[in-house]
This record gives sequence, C-alpha cells and structure tokens, in this order.
Amino acid sequence: MASDIAAELAEQVARALADVSDVATLRAVEDGAFPRAAWDALSGLGLAMALVPEDAGGAGLGLADIAPVIEALGRVGAPAPLAEAIGAAALLAAAGIAVPEDGVLTFAAAGAPVPWGRHATHVVLVDGAHVSLHDAAALRWTEGVNIAREPRDTLAASGAPLAQGTLPPAWGDDAARALAALLRAGQMAGALSAALALAVDHANTRKQFGRPIGRFQAVQQQLALFAAESAAASVGAAAAARAADARGLADAAFEIGCAKVTAGEAAAQGAAIAHQVLAAMGITEEHALHHLTRRLWAWREEGGTERFWSARIGAAVQGANAPLWTFITARDEESAA
Amino acid sequence: MTGLRFDLRDPPPGAAALRAEVRAFIAGHAHRWTPEVRARSWMGFDRDFTRAVGSRGWIGMCWPKAYGGAERSFLERNIVLEEMLAAGAPVGAHWIGDRQSGPLILRLGTEAQRQKYLPRIASGEWAFCIGLSEPDSGSDLASLRTRADRVPEGWRLNGRKIWTTFGHLCDWMIALVRTSPAPEGGARHQGLSQVLVDLKAPGVTIRPIRDLVGEQGFNEITFDDVLLPPDALVGEEGAGWAQATSELAFERSGPDRYLSSHPLLEAAVAELRGDASATPALGRQAARLWTLRAMSTAVAGMLQDGEDPVRQAALVKDLGNTFEQELPDAVRALVDTDAMPEEMRRMHAYLTQVVPTFSLRGGTREIMRGIIARELGLR
Repeated sequence: MASDIAAELAEQVARALADVSDVATLRAVEDGAFPRAAWDALSGLGLAMALVPEDAGGAGLGLADIAPVIEALGRVGAPAPLAEAIGAAALLAAAGIAVPEDGVLTFAAAGAPVPWGRHATHVVLVDGAHVSLHDAAALRWTEGVNIAREPRDTLAASGAPLAQGTLPPAWGDDAARALAALLRAGQMAGALSAALALAVDHANTRKQFGRPIGRFQAVQQQLALFAAESAAASVGAAAAARAADARGLADAAFEIGCAKVTAGEAAAQGAAIAHQVLAAMGITEEHALHHLTRRLWAWREEGGTERFWSARIGAAVQGANAPLWTFITARDEESAA
Repeated sequence: MTGLRFDLRDPPPGAAALRAEVRAFIAGHAHRWTPEVRARSWMGFDRDFTRAVGSRGWIGMCWPKAYGGAERSFLERNIVLEEMLAAGAPVGAHWIGDRQSGPLILRLGTEAQRQKYLPRIASGEWAFCIGLSEPDSGSDLASLRTRADRVPEGWRLNGRKIWTTFGHLCDWMIALVRTSPAPEGGARHQGLSQVLVDLKAPGVTIRPIRDLVGEQGFNEITFDDVLLPPDALVGEEGAGWAQATSELAFERSGPDRYLSSHPLLEAAVAELRGDASATPALGRQAARLWTLRAMSTAVAGMLQDGEDPVRQAALVKDLGNTFEQELPDAVRALVDTDAMPEEMRRMHAYLTQVVPTFSLRGGTREIMRGIIARELGLR
C-alpha cells in the first residue's frame, strides 16, 4: 500500500522535473542562480507538506512513503530544495508552528550552514528541541557553497523569529541532523543510481580495442560492485525511513546512522568507479557526471559524516551491555510492535 | 534494472517469541562448542545437534506438515537461520538439505520421493550434499562430464565430483549430471539432469581432501558404474540446468552469506566494550551488518512472495562475502592477536585461514558480478 503511494509520488517527481531540469539547471545553480522552473514544477506537486499531519493541512505521509521521492530527487542532482522544504515543514508541524503557505522553505541545525539559505523565503532553525521559524527578510547571510557548489549559507544575523515551538520527545535533541542525514542518504542513493546509469551507458557505447569497453570483464566487475553499493545505499535509506516512522527520529538514530554510513561508503566507491569508467570525459566540465559525483562527495559531509555516525553507532553498541546481535535484532522487534 | 529492486518487509508476527525460543534452545547446547566449532559456522557437522534441531521442527520448517514440515513462513525460517549462524551453531548436517535439496524435492519431486526423503531431512536423520563441481568444471559448470545413462534397471552413473562438502559424512547427494549429449555446437546447458545418489551404493568411492586448516571438509567422489533406480531422477530429464539455477536465489541470499564470521565480531565487541579508540570501527562494522541484514531479509520476503530474486541474491552474496571475509583483519586492526583472550584468538586464527572460501562456495565473486553485469546490460 505504502509502496504504491511511494512509487506513484516518485514518478510524479521524475515527470515534473523531466522538462525543467537538466545539466544546465545544475550548472546555473552552481553559478548562484535559483532554479525557478524546477522549483515551481516541484512545489506544484504539493509535496512540501508530505510529512505534515492531515489535521495540520498536510498529506500525513511517512518518511518511508517519501523515500522514493527523495531518491528520485537525488537521481537528477536535487536541483531545487524540495527535500529541505519537506523536512522544514515536518519540523514546524511537529513543533506546533503553522507552515508558511508560499515560498521556499529550508531548515538547518542552529549554527550549521543553511542549505539554499539565500534563496529561502522562510528558514527553520533547530536548536536542541527548540524550533524557530524565521522570515528571510530579517536574516543576513554570509554566502558559502559545498564542494558541489550548492548554496550553503551561514547566518550573519537573525532577528526575532516569527514563531517558536518545541519538538516532542520522539524527535530527540538532534532532530535537524538526523533528518538531514536521512534525506541526504536517500538523495545519495538516487545520485548513485544515476551515476551508475551514466557509467553503464558509457561502457556500452565507448569502443576501444574494437568493442565496447563494457564487454571487458574488468569493467563489468567494477560496475557490478558499483551496482551492489548503490543498492546497499538505497536499501539502507529505505530501511532507516521505516525505522524512523515506527519509532520516531530519536529512537531511529542507530538506523539513520547506519544508512548514512552505508551511503557514504557507497558514494566513495561508486564515484571512484564511475570516474574510472568514464575516464577523461567524466572529468570535463561539460559532462554530466561530475554534477552527481561532486554532490555525492558533498552530501557525505552533511547531516553527519561516516566517521560521526560510526562513532555514534559504535557507542550505542558498546553501551548496550548485550551482544551486538541481540542489540540489532531487538530493534526490529520494537518496530513490529 | 528491475532485477536489482529490493522490497522491504516487516518482521513476521511472533518474530520475537520465535527468536527467544531459538536462543533458549541454543543456550542449552552452546557450552559444548569449541571456538573452532563456532568459527566453522555452517561448515560444522554435528548429527546430534541436527537431530535436536529437527525435533524442534526447525528443519524444513516451511514444508507441508504431511512431509515433516511445520508450515511456517519463509521469514520465520529466516529467523531460525539467523540465530543459528549468529551463535556459530554447527548446522552443517542439515544445512544443505534444508536450504536446497529438500526444497528441490518438494517442488519437483514425485509424491513418492517427497514421502521418502523430506520427513527424514526434517528429522535430521538424512544429510544431503550437492554434486556440482568436477575436476575440470568449476565456474564453467555446464562443461561437466559426469553422466548417467539409461539402462533397464534405471540409470548407470559414471564420472567424478569434487569439492563436495561433507561428502564423506552425508547420506545422499543430488548431482547434476549429463543424461544426453549436448547438441552439436548448441547450448551445453541442455541434456543435464539432477539425480539422487545413495552415497553408500556400490561403485561410489569417496576420497577425502584435506584443507588448509588440516581438516577433512571436502572430498572427491568417484562413480564407477553406479546403478541408480529409475526414480533417482529429480524433476524432468534434461531440465537439470534450469532446475539447479532456480535454486540459486535460495542458496545465495541467506544469512549464511554475511554471518559466517559473526561469532568473532561478537567476541570483538565484548572485548572492546570499554575501548573508546575502537568505537568508530565497531560502529562501521555494525552499520555494514545492519545494511546487509536488511538486504538479505528483503530477499527472504521476496522469496516468500513467490518472486525469483536471483540477481538480488547474487548481489547480497557478493557484498556479504566481502563483509564476512574482511572481518578477521578488521578485528585484528583493533586488538593485537597476542592480546586476544584464548577463545577469540582461536576463532580469529581459524577464520583467517578459511575466509578465502567465502567468495568461492556457492559461486565465486566473479560469477556473482557477472550475473549483476548481465542485469546491467553489459553482457
């Protein structure tokens, strides 16, 4: 049931973006422009309210329902801040704050760079369990970018918020990071599958020694490994989303961390293999590949690195006072209840 | 790339209770297992333990009750497998019968074959092995030359199988053999059949092959004019290749493809519980384990729904083998071997020597990646 909704939504996103987003869009974003057409097409789907409960005017969907949407966004390099808008609206609703009806919405943990900050009309800042909604008109930015040259701006000054609220305990005191980790893990799964498709396509068309290079087993074996890592990232993100739906973000920190570690390691492997297969062409500015691989490298850093989450996961395992196996399996019993 | 899609499932109802039941059962046996037994995992052969597992209804547990099964779901069976492997239980005497031979007989066997073999597999009385590789046929399995010729009494079997795990300890082999010549210049996959071979029959010679640990794990089995009854044929004559490959999703995706080294990881977690310098590395292993478990369980759910996730299984096996294979060195990077407690050191020593087999058995890493590459459209 849920997976039907999810597949349908993901397809809507792909269709909405097909005509209005391409490599030129990503290039423009990286040059500092706001992708108005892509944003309008996406916001027209009403997906920003996906996670907001129905009684608060949202669609009442879960993170697992929108996991394929996030993956679909990642597949095209997430040209507009839809994941950020979905996360920001969810945080606001959870804190009992009305979600602004129009404009570009984003969120960040207090003190962290704000994705797409300079383009936003409203910004949600999360400090522990405290959530505040800010009108962009009152904010001053120090502009910055990540290594994918996506806008990641730091607040130089913020005035009084429009509204404030507190997250329920199930969201924990690190909700912005956990939510960002889950969203980025999903985007990375999508970017990996798109980079894999580019590499496979190239391997099937580029000829050397009289045949497509994809006919060489050395190339096949590497692309198969890439496919496996890509699948691992996708399963990890989807499974973590289910855990978060079942138990709340705070109690799903272990699963979210596992998904982010897996996505990060898959990104390292996948990007390296993609570039090896596409060789010099994949390094050129005009080729699409680097828009995906640079995003993979950038998103590894956001919402907690592999090192950050490994340390959290390791601490949970060491502190469990039970065998690792008991610790891991006890978690799925909880989600079944 | 629809062949690489994974569908996630919730745990089956009663999962926690079943898990607790299996754990309590294992706790009653585990004190007898040496570190080597636990490190051997599903390569450990213990008839008494297997009979005890059988008496609990945990062998062939998805089969109809009429054949000794318990009519449980595939995901419930998966829980039993996980618990056995996580504990390093010596499940080898029933592993193949439960995983492959029994399901094959259930699906394609005659009614008489089902009644004869399945209850005895489920009780733990009969152990099965698989006859695939030959001295000149490994990854290129279709080049195999062992042949069964029709004779008035049934079939006459001649040839040789090799690397047959537990062949010297088992009662039956299901062998893939040639029953008619491959068509001239045509598909070598034609003319192959699966036959049941009584390993105590006249003409069967089992030569043990010692492995690098110094143990007799596998064998070379020679067939000299071995007479098989007419009902030795499983399924359809000439359809052996398709039959054998249709089992592969069951064979390749299970928890035995990522948990083979698990008891060592548990030992490391216990040893390093208070060591902050090991925290990120243990977290990394846990993350990998968690993801592999999600993937493997997804395939189990897809099998339960009657899908044939053979490519996903190849993919899980490849990733899982790499994980279980890298574990001894990952652990060694955290604790000096001479500082390990004896139990842990012995498991580590054993696993260091046997992990190369993980990406060989059940199809090599290269064959798995070839299957994935085909799905990607590269071959």
